[in-house]
Amino acid sequence: MNIVVCLKQILDPEIPARDFRVDGEKREAERGSANLVTNIFCENALETALQIRDAHGGKITAITCGPEGAEDVLRKAMALRADEAVLVVNDAAANPDPLFVARTLAAAIRKLGDVDVVMVGREAGDWGAGQTGGLLAEELGLPCVSFAESFEPASAAGTVRVKRQIDSGWETIEAATPVVLSITNHDKNVPRIPKTRDVMQSYRKPLVKWTLAELGIDPGTANSYYQVAELFIPQKESRCEFIEGDTLEAKIDEFARRVTDIIRSM
Amino acid sequence: MPDVVCSLLGWAGFDRAAQGILGAGRRLADSLGGKLRAVVLGPADDALVAGAAAAADSVAIADGPLLAEYNPETFLTALATLSKRLAPRAVLLGNDTYSQELAPRLAHRLGGSAAGDAVDVAVAGGQLRVTRGVYGGKATAVIALRRAPGVVWVRARAMAPAEASGRPAGEVEKVSLDLPADARVQVVARQVEAKSGVRLEDARLIVSGGRGLGGPEPFAQLQALADVIGAQMAASRAACDAGWVPPSWQVGQTGKKVAPELYIAIAISGASQHIMGIADSKVISAINHDADAPIFKHCRFGLVEDYQKVVGPLRDRLSRNQ
Ligand SMILES: Cc1cc2nc3c(=O)[nH]c(=O)nc-3n(C[C@H](O)[C@H](O)[C@H](O)COP(=O)(O)OP(=O)(O)OC[C@H]3O[C@@H](n4cnc5c(N)ncnc54)[C@H](O)[C@@H]3O)c2cc1C
Ligand SMILES: Nc1ncnc2c1ncn2[C@@H]1O[C@H](COP(=O)(O)O)[C@@H](O)[C@H]1O
Repeated sequence: MNIVVCLKQILDPEIPARDFRVDGEKREAERGSANLVTNIFCENALETALQIRDAHGGKITAITCGPEGAEDVLRKAMALRADEAVLVVNDAAANPDPLFVARTLAAAIRKLGDVDVVMVGREAGDWGAGQTGGLLAEELGLPCVSFAESFEPASAAGTVRVKRQIDSGWETIEAATPVVLSITNHDKNVPRIPKTRDVMQSYRKPLVKWTLAELGIDPGTANSYYQVAELFIPQKESRCEFIEGDTLEAKIDEFARRVTDIIRSM
Repeated sequence: MPDVVCSLLGWAGFDRAAQGILGAGRRLADSLGGKLRAVVLGPADDALVAGAAAAADSVAIADGPLLAEYNPETFLTALATLSKRLAPRAVLLGNDTYSQELAPRLAHRLGGSAAGDAVDVAVAGGQLRVTRGVYGGKATAVIALRRAPGVVWVRARAMAPAEASGRPAGEVEKVSLDLPADARVQVVARQVEAKSGVRLEDARLIVSGGRGLGGPEPFAQLQALADVIGAQMAASRAACDAGWVPPSWQVGQTGKKVAPELYIAIAISGASQHIMGIADSKVISAINHDADAPIFKHCRFGLVEDYQKVVGPLRDRLSRNQ
């Protein structure tokens, strides 16, 4: 099976709120001392792809669209033993809208050719659009299954069996390939840690670079889908009353009293 | 046309989500000076039809063999077909998993723009503007949609229902759609979790556990605590990823959005992504042995203790109070 995994580089989403600042003028987060990392759901997607390839064979191509520095997410993917990597260099449009990204990725995937499964994360941990997978499917004219946690080749050739999460549980979906899957987290796709030797090796592996122009994408069309009009940090802290007491029992009694008061007033 | 379409899924009924979508739709239609058109996909019960008619100027019920069960491709085609006929300025959907899956693709088929997890939808300078949390809830963005129609999935349960008015009830019409079956995608099984009581999203009391519990067993203790007060159970992503509890328990940016009267977070640090799912709670309280845990910044009251010393006695105390 030929699998393409789309990876996005983002500002570390786990930095504490107290260290997070935005530039309201530029409508961007400030980098500060935060690291750039691979979006966690993209890592979940790559982990899922690695399990499939290791069990059933095939090839994994990791692809990202971003500035030159986004090469890091591809090196990391190759350290985890992705087979090939493509960087679509976008140094023209910072924070492009999801349609622009989907059009760019679609052009790159068409250029790659023979693909069975295209994988994306359910959403990016920075802007959290949650749209690229669906838009990419439309651009490529493919079906799409969202919130997938795992998949495997189905008994019928050219078909995959996808397990995906819904609000009340799960669905099992059989989808004809090629198909776009947007991946969510679960206990079986927690990203593995690369081996030191593979990390060293990853820097020697070839990496394909394409420009937007080569793919026929005009950077001027970025943000014609939507635009960030305002960006600010909401002020919404509440003052916590810490429960005091001479003994643990007294504290628990007080905690219970407050809970009971709320229940009685409902 | 400056009309607004509200997309409702039949089998959910006239729940708080449907009410919120219709409320948001009504207010948006009024501010655009257009009509509100409710579209119901899948089998609709009487309460939903009546509720939709009370809020909207018209209700189209699209029913039929291919719409009895959810299928992403068929539902997308149905919704795109109906939306094209109504030619609205905006389409609003809820934030259930199906609607989230449909919205961006619908926007693409209509030549419009989508944005989601909206806490507010407004019109400014002829554009739809969607307010939503970004950067895991650490910041808020206002997104200007540059193409029409604007397709927006809203935080349905956080939206006020439509106000009662002297408006006559909207006309209800059954629409039969001649849908092509899409053989590319088949839902072959649906596993609905057996969970007693109300849905997590509608729960009024929630007891939630995190990574600090250290394993699946303590969740049984939390369950016993929840049972004495009739609370539903939830968890952080870390606890779900560890496989201690099912993914449907996850609350947060990429989990359920809850709005109970009381949310009790036990051994949860309070990462911004978790807070995004609980910010609409009336009262948040926490039990955590670290007084500096960020969760306390969002709490009305909190207890700095090891959960192991608290959960059992607290359950006993609460069962005596009931
Ligand atoms: C894009 C993205 C989306 C995400 N979406 C979600 C989401 O939807 N929901 C979500 O929850 N997270 C989400 N996360 C993850 C989030 O950033 C945090 O990693 C996660 O919420 C941490 O879970 P936790 O609080 O259980 O664990 P931790 O952060 O490890 O906190 C454990 C807490 O337990 C306390 N503790 C430990 N032992 C005890 C004890 N004996 N007694 C009392 N307290 C104790 C500790 O003091 C600590 O505060 C997302 C992250 C990203 C990047
Ligand atoms: N610049 C990008 N390069 C590669 N993949 C991307 C990019 N942006 C988004 N994606 C993919 O789309 C998913 C969802 O992102 P989003 O729609 O922005 O929330 C991500 O998890 C990635 O898999």
